[in-house]
Amino acid sequence: MNNFEYVRPRSVTEAIAAASAPGASYLAAGTNLIDLMKGGITHPDRLVDVTHLPGLDRIEHRSDGSLRVGALVRNADLAHDPDFARAYPSVAEALLSGASAQLRNAATVGGNLLQRTRCAYFYDVAGACNKRQPGSGCDARDGENRLHAILGWSEACIATHSSDFCVPLVTLDAVVEIEGRRGRRDIALEDLHRLPGDTPEHDNVLEPGDLIVALRLPPAARSFAAHARYLKVRERTSYAFAIVSAAAALRIEQGRIADARLALGGVAAKPWRARAAEQVLIGATPAVGIYLQAATAALTDAKPSGDNAFKIELARRTIARALTLAAAGTPARVPALPASPFSVLPGVLQHA
Amino acid sequence: MSHSITLTVNGKPREVEIDDTRVTLLDLLRERLHLTGTKKGCDRGQCGACTVHLDGRRINSCLTLALSCDGADVLTIEGVAHGDALHPVQAAFIAHDGFQCGFCTPGQIMSAIGLIQEGQTGDDPERVREAMSGNLCRCGAYAGILEAVLDAQDRLREANQRRSA
Ligand SMILES: Cc1cc2nc3c(=O)[nH]c(=O)nc-3n(C[C@H](O)[C@H](O)[C@H](O)COP(=O)(O)OP(=O)(O)OC[C@H]3O[C@@H](n4cnc5c(N)ncnc54)[C@H](O)[C@@H]3O)c2cc1C
Ligand code: SF4
Ligand code: FES
Ligand code: FES
Repeated sequence: MNNFEYVRPRSVTEAIAAASAPGASYLAAGTNLIDLMKGGITHPDRLVDVTHLPGLDRIEHRSDGSLRVGALVRNADLAHDPDFARAYPSVAEALLSGASAQLRNAATVGGNLLQRTRCAYFYDVAGACNKRQPGSGCDARDGENRLHAILGWSEACIATHSSDFCVPLVTLDAVVEIEGRRGRRDIALEDLHRLPGDTPEHDNVLEPGDLIVALRLPPAARSFAAHARYLKVRERTSYAFAIVSAAAALRIEQGRIADARLALGGVAAKPWRARAAEQVLIGATPAVGIYLQAATAALTDAKPSGDNAFKIELARRTIARALTLAAAGTPARVPALPASPFSVLPGVLQHA
Repeated sequence: MSHSITLTVNGKPREVEIDDTRVTLLDLLRERLHLTGTKKGCDRGQCGACTVHLDGRRINSCLTLALSCDGADVLTIEGVAHGDALHPVQAAFIAHDGFQCGFCTPGQIMSAIGLIQEGQTGDDPERVREAMSGNLCRCGAYAGILEAVLDAQDRLREANQRRSA
């Protein structure tokens, strides 16, 4: 790890001033940043520790039905907040399917959104990686790439975004509140992360000094509570990143799908909202046939970036199964194995 | 530049000079405070050997910057027994053969104590396994670990009921 200066601001204004300097980086719980620094992948010369900032650790359920979550709320506290879990069950399930209990106790909302890719070549400082070192090439292209992107990738970078939390959040139109050098602004979570294009070194649209202060969900987000699930396929059933995941949320009225939301995780450099698939579902009667049609619509533009054509078929089946589970209804409690295809709920059809 | 931080470790207030900003909570405990019960396995958040409680919650001390812990309350494996009387989770690990080499054990025990306090799993073995998945054991003592956690949870519950009766 490189040497760095440690700064602990007392206010958001102080934090922004300290983090606007070149080479500065915010530090939240550090579960991603300290790991990257230990590996020499990132080497900020100043860490601006936001964990002692007052007022950013609240979960506010507002009277208009919207929600505001401070950027420092810990992943575990959010997932276990009973009102939150009841209103946004797919988000709670996604949070509980990520990392381990210890990491979730530490990890913050802001840090989770901005965690960096798990591409093995990004982590290997001996190799070429355009994201880590612009212009150096991409060792993943001819390397172990079975877990890489199938949507939105470029010749320069085929990495995926690995957050579980973000996937159901984009289905619910989450908004990120930013405080920056020029004041406060909102960014739709769907627009926060960037596709790689020719500049994969920029993961997101934030500018130097930009601090995430909160995450908001609009009033309509809670209208999906009765039919919202997250499904995460991984190589072991706990403490592993997704190969492919899907968040499905439905509003079912009089036997028909009145509204539908769908997003994929582990397939692109950002949480992937599948709007074309949502249009296929709206107005239809919930049934496997229409789920598979929706999956086909979601994956029209999918193409392998390497040895990962299987992920397209896996994504298709994961979508159909997530929709099947969502239509069956949100369980009263998150299953013992959150978001796992192996968690069987009595009386619920698991397979599409 | 050197920073001075204060924290409570196993009930004792400590003031520590930190001359290198890179020190993690794990290195602070092991190398500066000589509390070597907490183990360094992977040093990257992947194994759970370094699990301690920070302000009452189990976390990985290897990914926690020491400077960030200013004012915090830290509990390590050295602080859980009462004199010679083992903590019920420690006793249960012995009774159920919850270890072999013992390297992962301090982390397993701190994690199990945290799990019981969190109160999310009940007696469901699947939920306990899931909630312990952040602690790897190279010796594969998982069967004994699961039994120990379930048994210790029972005993703690009974002890609490007796106390409140
Ligand atoms: C072994 C392991 C397994 C994991 N498994 C999973 C998994 O299965 N699923 C999953 O989703 N995640 C997983 N994670 C990742 C984990 O979710 C992230 O490490 C965590 O959410 C990051 O939060 P943090 O508070 O520690 O952020 P930090 O590490 O402190 O920061 C991460 C980044 O965000 C920036 N940042 C933090 N807060 C703010 C803010 N408020 N404003 C602006 N910038 C900010 C930092 O500058 C840094 O660049 C895993 C991590 C580990 C180590
Ligand atoms: S896929 Fe992206 S992150 Fe991975 S090596 Fe290539 S450029 Fe780097
Ligand atoms: S040493 Fe901290 S998780 Fe392995
Ligand atoms: S007892 Fe040896 S690693 Fe767990």
